[in-house]
Amino acid sequence: MESQLATILKKNESKILSQWVEEQKKLGSTRVSNEDLISQCTNFLRLLIEGLQKNKSFSIAGTGWDPIRRCLDEVSRARGLLGFSPSETATFVFSLKLPIFSLLRQEIADSAQLTEETWNATSLLDQLGLYTTEAYQRTREEIIARQQEEMLELSTPVVKLWDGILALPMIGTLDSSRTQVVMESLLQRIMETGSEIAIIDITGVPTVDTLVAQHLIKTVTAARLMGAECIISGIRPQIAATIVHLGVDLAGVTTKASLADAFHVALARSGRTVTKVGGARSEKLRETRV
Amino acid sequence: MQVTKTERFPIRVQSDVVVVRQKVRNWTIELGLSLIDQTKVITAASELARNTLEYGGGGEVELASLKNDIGKNGLRLIFEDQGPGIPDINLALTDGYTSGGGLGMGLSGSRRLMNEFNIESEVGKGTRVTVIKWK
Amino acid sequence: MERIPILKLGSFLLVTIQVDMHDELAVRLQDDLTTKIVDSSARGVLIDISALDIVDSFIGRMLAGIASMSKILDAQTVVVGMQPAVAITLVELGLSLDGIKTALNVDRGMKLLRDSLELSEDENLAAGEANGEFESIHASDEN
Repeated sequence: MESQLATILKKNESKILSQWVEEQKKLGSTRVSNEDLISQCTNFLRLLIEGLQKNKSFSIAGTGWDPIRRCLDEVSRARGLLGFSPSETATFVFSLKLPIFSLLRQEIADSAQLTEETWNATSLLDQLGLYTTEAYQRTREEIIARQQEEMLELSTPVVKLWDGILALPMIGTLDSSRTQVVMESLLQRIMETGSEIAIIDITGVPTVDTLVAQHLIKTVTAARLMGAECIISGIRPQIAATIVHLGVDLAGVTTKASLADAFHVALARSGRTVTKVGGARSEKLRETRV
Repeated sequence: MQVTKTERFPIRVQSDVVVVRQKVRNWTIELGLSLIDQTKVITAASELARNTLEYGGGGEVELASLKNDIGKNGLRLIFEDQGPGIPDINLALTDGYTSGGGLGMGLSGSRRLMNEFNIESEVGKGTRVTVIKWK
Repeated sequence: MERIPILKLGSFLLVTIQVDMHDELAVRLQDDLTTKIVDSSARGVLIDISALDIVDSFIGRMLAGIASMSKILDAQTVVVGMQPAVAITLVELGLSLDGIKTALNVDRGMKLLRDSLELSEDENLAAGEANGEFESIHASDEN
């Protein structure tokens, strides 16, 4: 027996649509604007009917169901970006069950046929509903990947403190791959700017593991091979303890407590000192003026 | 894992080592490796080609483009010789160990520069070193 | 026979390596340089490797060899212009070339040589001792 699902849906398209939209509003899809909701639903329902007309099977894996899968990709993506949870996103499809089932009860008198068609509809909608979850997750993964990339760019500024002195203020947890990227860009900048001293400040780094410590040491060694010197500053007491416990050898690496101390050393090594202009008197004068 | 392209080059004289470096450079550029990864692969190739020549008495290298099951691309280098072989591979892989006059960084260093490293050797038959860098 | 040219600049020798070196060429350079140091009584050697896109253990060994041989012949060696990718690879390979002095470019290398010569010829070493650990990295504005 041929499935009547497509024909029944086609005949009652506008009725299902309005019931479905109402159903979703009741379930609280208020974050999507009314227009968007209606256009999403209209589009989905049209593609569902087309899919049923074109495809013999109720499995959405086939290429015949491509258009509706793409439609769900977009809906899930939009909802993912709006901060919907996966189940809220899947509700888009599952909320269509009620209007369709009640319609089938009205349209089909024969109870065997009713069971058959209800089963077809439910299996199809379940697959589509699960598909939204997958699509939703893909969107989230894209977002996470993009944010990771952005964070990598954001958190790795190599700044020039003075002619010939660079600083790399590192913030946040260092993993091995991030450290590597940061270190490579530091060495690149050393070459581009011809800086002989680079300060790696790790004040904003909560923990350091063996791999990261080794990356730091490798960077210091590589910089030395290029003809530049690195100073590591801002090592917290806990990190100092970790480094000793891990047995990482920091001999040969200049370390300073704060960025200011490191900068002082850097200036001294490039033959410069910092002095107050005009001594104490002008200092006092400036204070009074302020 | 599938091999999409291969090429073989002899390593018989010192200038062959230079040729291998140049060929490997072209392949790494074609693969689209970053400058640092290019440098690592070429350096490893240089070390291994020299080993083939110095300790294996010459041999061959096979370059191959790889694509793994999840669509990742890579470059595989196989260095083969019919030389005396390595009696103790673990010892040969130790930093600073050398049976010749080198620094003993060739094998152990190349292993650190590549993603995958495999060495097979039979005394009296020869040595085969396989290394892979994934993009 | 192919050779890498060695230029004489005052009391220094300058070698710019621009070819993809095979091992024999590297050995020949080592021999040529030591001969030239003695012949010209050079006090310093600058080796510019900014054009090299790899330094493997053999070239690394050659550089270290030149540095220690020239030291015996009373000349300082400075290796200049190593590319970041080359430096990272060398470290990963396990070579840190501890005995070799380095500088970012030929200018800086020249200054490093000049400063260390002045230091070693200076009768009054008090200043040098006081700043012992900063040796030869001073940017002296008089120069």
